[in-house]
Amino acid sequence: MQWETVIGLEVHVQLATRSKIFSGASTAFGAEPNTQACAVDLGLPGVLPVLNEAAVAMAVQFGLAIHAEIPEVSVFDRKNYFYPDLPKGYQTSQMYHPIVGPGVVEISLDDGSTKRIGVHHAHLEEDAGKSLHEDFHGMTGVDLNRAGTPLLEIVSDPDLRSAKEAAAYLKAIHSIVTYLGISDGNMAEGSMRCDVNVSVRPKGQEAFGTRAEIKNVNSFRFVERAIEFEVERQIELLEDGGEVVQETRLFDPERGETRSMRTKEQANDYRYFPCPDLLPVVLDQAYVDHLRGNLPELPAEKRERFQSELGLSAYDASVLSATREMADYFEAVKDVCGDAKQAANWVQGELSGALNREGLAINDSPVSARQLGELVARVMDDTINGKAAKQVFQALWHGEGESADAVIEAKGLKQVTDTAAIEAMIDQVIADSPAQVAQYRDAPVEKRGKMIGYFVGQVMKASRGTANPQQVNALLKEKLDALC
Amino acid sequence: MHDKTLRELADALGAGEFSSRELTQYLLGRIDRLDGDLNSFITVTFEQALAAADAADAARARGEAGPLTGLPLALKDIFCTQGVKTSAGSRMLDNFVSPYDATVVEKLAAAGTVSLGKTNMDEFAMGSSNENSHYGPVNNPWDLAAVPGGSSGGSAAAVAAGLVPAAMGTDTGGSIRQPAAFCGITGLKPTYGRVSRYGIIAYASSLDQAGPMARTAEDCALLLNAIAGHDLRDSTSVARGVPDYTAELDAPLSGLKIGLPKEYFGEGLDPAVADTVREAVRVYESLGASVHEVSLPHTHYAIPAYYVIAPAEASSNLSRYDGVRFGHRCDAPADLIDLYKRSRAEGFGEEVKRRILIGTHTLSEGFFDAYYKKAQQVRRLIRQDFLDAFEEVDVLMGPASPTPAFDLGAKKDPVSMYLQDIYTIAINLAGIPGISVPAGFVGGRPVGLQVLGTHFAEERLLNVAHRFQQATDWHLRRPAFAEENA
Repeated sequence: MQWETVIGLEVHVQLATRSKIFSGASTAFGAEPNTQACAVDLGLPGVLPVLNEAAVAMAVQFGLAIHAEIPEVSVFDRKNYFYPDLPKGYQTSQMYHPIVGPGVVEISLDDGSTKRIGVHHAHLEEDAGKSLHEDFHGMTGVDLNRAGTPLLEIVSDPDLRSAKEAAAYLKAIHSIVTYLGISDGNMAEGSMRCDVNVSVRPKGQEAFGTRAEIKNVNSFRFVERAIEFEVERQIELLEDGGEVVQETRLFDPERGETRSMRTKEQANDYRYFPCPDLLPVVLDQAYVDHLRGNLPELPAEKRERFQSELGLSAYDASVLSATREMADYFEAVKDVCGDAKQAANWVQGELSGALNREGLAINDSPVSARQLGELVARVMDDTINGKAAKQVFQALWHGEGESADAVIEAKGLKQVTDTAAIEAMIDQVIADSPAQVAQYRDAPVEKRGKMIGYFVGQVMKASRGTANPQQVNALLKEKLDALC
Repeated sequence: MHDKTLRELADALGAGEFSSRELTQYLLGRIDRLDGDLNSFITVTFEQALAAADAADAARARGEAGPLTGLPLALKDIFCTQGVKTSAGSRMLDNFVSPYDATVVEKLAAAGTVSLGKTNMDEFAMGSSNENSHYGPVNNPWDLAAVPGGSSGGSAAAVAAGLVPAAMGTDTGGSIRQPAAFCGITGLKPTYGRVSRYGIIAYASSLDQAGPMARTAEDCALLLNAIAGHDLRDSTSVARGVPDYTAELDAPLSGLKIGLPKEYFGEGLDPAVADTVREAVRVYESLGASVHEVSLPHTHYAIPAYYVIAPAEASSNLSRYDGVRFGHRCDAPADLIDLYKRSRAEGFGEEVKRRILIGTHTLSEGFFDAYYKKAQQVRRLIRQDFLDAFEEVDVLMGPASPTPAFDLGAKKDPVSMYLQDIYTIAINLAGIPGISVPAGFVGGRPVGLQVLGTHFAEERLLNVAHRFQQATDWHLRRPAFAEENA
């Protein structure tokens, strides 16, 4: 039987506010346990929450970025359950009236096409603390630094049909929140976490199959792997005549498999009710319009502009607009060198290669956009050839010079275009290579083209890479053919 | 010194008749001598009180005395007080020393008042007799066999017995007004949002409100001046200017329209209490007020609605007492669930557990709409009843409680205890202010007249109560217990 996969994602995005959603404590990552938890975060008797306006603004910005409805009124509810890292015995969240209504996220697929994925809603909530099970000799430690960190939970419609689409959707969300600057999007530090709802159904069937929810899948790669495993598990189960149970499962990245955590019967009754300590959030139109007016250019718009205005391919436009840092870097290189295609080639080629080798983010690149732009400009105005350009790039990468021009000057890499000088070098090479010249002369005419490579290499070597390769080629051919 | 009002004590301090230290020492001595019979205090803060009195005397010497500087008072043990045990009357918090001050505590300290300690109360403010305290019941100074009312029973008894001139209480369904009535003092529950709830241990967040308990309406006005106002730490506190609540105390009452809700004079009301209230209303008529019968048709839904909403909020508010970070923790828990179960089973008393169970049930899947949502709809109707009535009249009057103080141990059945709050509970659901004023005695036990106003009508209520106290002397009567031990 042919099966169709149906996936919905719940993405928890940690908002980049300075203080927590309901208290003034800092949200910075990595402090000593429990040093960033104030009386409110600790849930001491008598404390009250006060909503952080910055979190509201960020949630609304996200809503505007996905063209969502922004309801005038949203309400915080309490989700009641006991857990040691949940200090109040409830999580303050938004169950019935979320801050962001239905919207749309556009994802790009490998074939260059795009697909629109519905966002059901997005709501604000507070994060819990962390339970630490190591280092406490059979006991559990509780760190409440993270308790009260603002989260935006973005709930998709069940519109995703493959692991690849799910990963693309997650990337699109990542790209939107980092473009907006409302999250650092750091998945390793837990700034983006994902719960995945997966079900399968016979192709053509309208009704959804029974779904499993996979909790806490925390990287793009894991999302794909968890879904692939889960889809296979469910199909196998069904084809063997079994049934999928509605349950919560956990992804084990080490084994690459999902395991049952609890079934529907064991599910909590969270007893949601409106939080009486917080007033409903009422957004007036002027406030929303102000945020709308100040939205930055978003990835989809940027991708479109890179194609239509800069003439980049769909692929290049997509890669270069994937993150705001990448796009900003690329545009800076382009502005300095004046050529979008050259800039795109260098950023995706030499620069990305070097960054990947060293595991660096583009913001940590040792070569600045200005330096790279100037380097590209020198290639374009024939000051250096491509080979020398790579040397200049390496020198800049290792901090051996302030600018491309300085490196070119210091290393004497300025391209030699003086015909007489090149001819002199060619003559010397020919004189030093009697055996190769003899072979060349004896070879059939159609094979000579390949053999010329040896001589070009020698001349370039003699020029320490500075000779203009086109000129070398042309002059060499002329001189060698004259000997035949 | 023990039977003077705050205003009189302030004048005496100002005239140099005695110092705040002398006054404080005198009252601490009375507490030491008399409170064994009352049990109105859970914690007496001798050292902090004397230090605060000295600071107040020094401020006065520098010419920096305000209207409350150096005046002693007590705080219900529900106000978090830095460095002082704050128990909420519960075994659960017997070991809890608050690391911070409630906003009310902070404001009273800034006004120069001197807190003598923390008063007894029904556990987590759940009760109408103060019999639900982990620290034992409180005796009513008018008759030691009687309850002082609750939940602010310790505050009411301490004021009535002349241990302090005033005390702070909280009122979720009548917890200031009913004990004030039972103990023959004046108690004001302000409009919801008038006083910050920050640092007040929560019972039912949408109903809790702090207010003053004192001998006179004038003293309540002085205290409300100090504690009212918007607080950035409490989103439900209202950003609205605070008038001088003493400014209109003497305004004449001619033309005042008084409404008597017919539902407040029906079945269940002690006829002698009804007569006392009618007598008080006649005093108002003699002061130029007119009397009108009004109806609050949804009155009989108030108790059922309250006992859905308040326990629902309480069941969630009390979830933080889990034995993990503070409060009672059971010995040698076998595992996490055992820790939760035993810590809470041991730490909470019977009535608290009952309300947690009720609240948990009413919020549960499948019951939420039938209970919680319905109760919220009823709440809106009750509120509308009051708003409609205040279209017709300026204030409403009635009894604060259907009977005078009952005997300790007299009400065994929780529902009969809940019915105690029939005249007070709707006021919290509506969020309006109410004040209880001494209006007479039945069987030697005080009776309170309750005066209600629309939202933020505290100035008017205090004026109406003050004029009554200018015309009567019920508020000047002192229990023999206080006088014999003068």
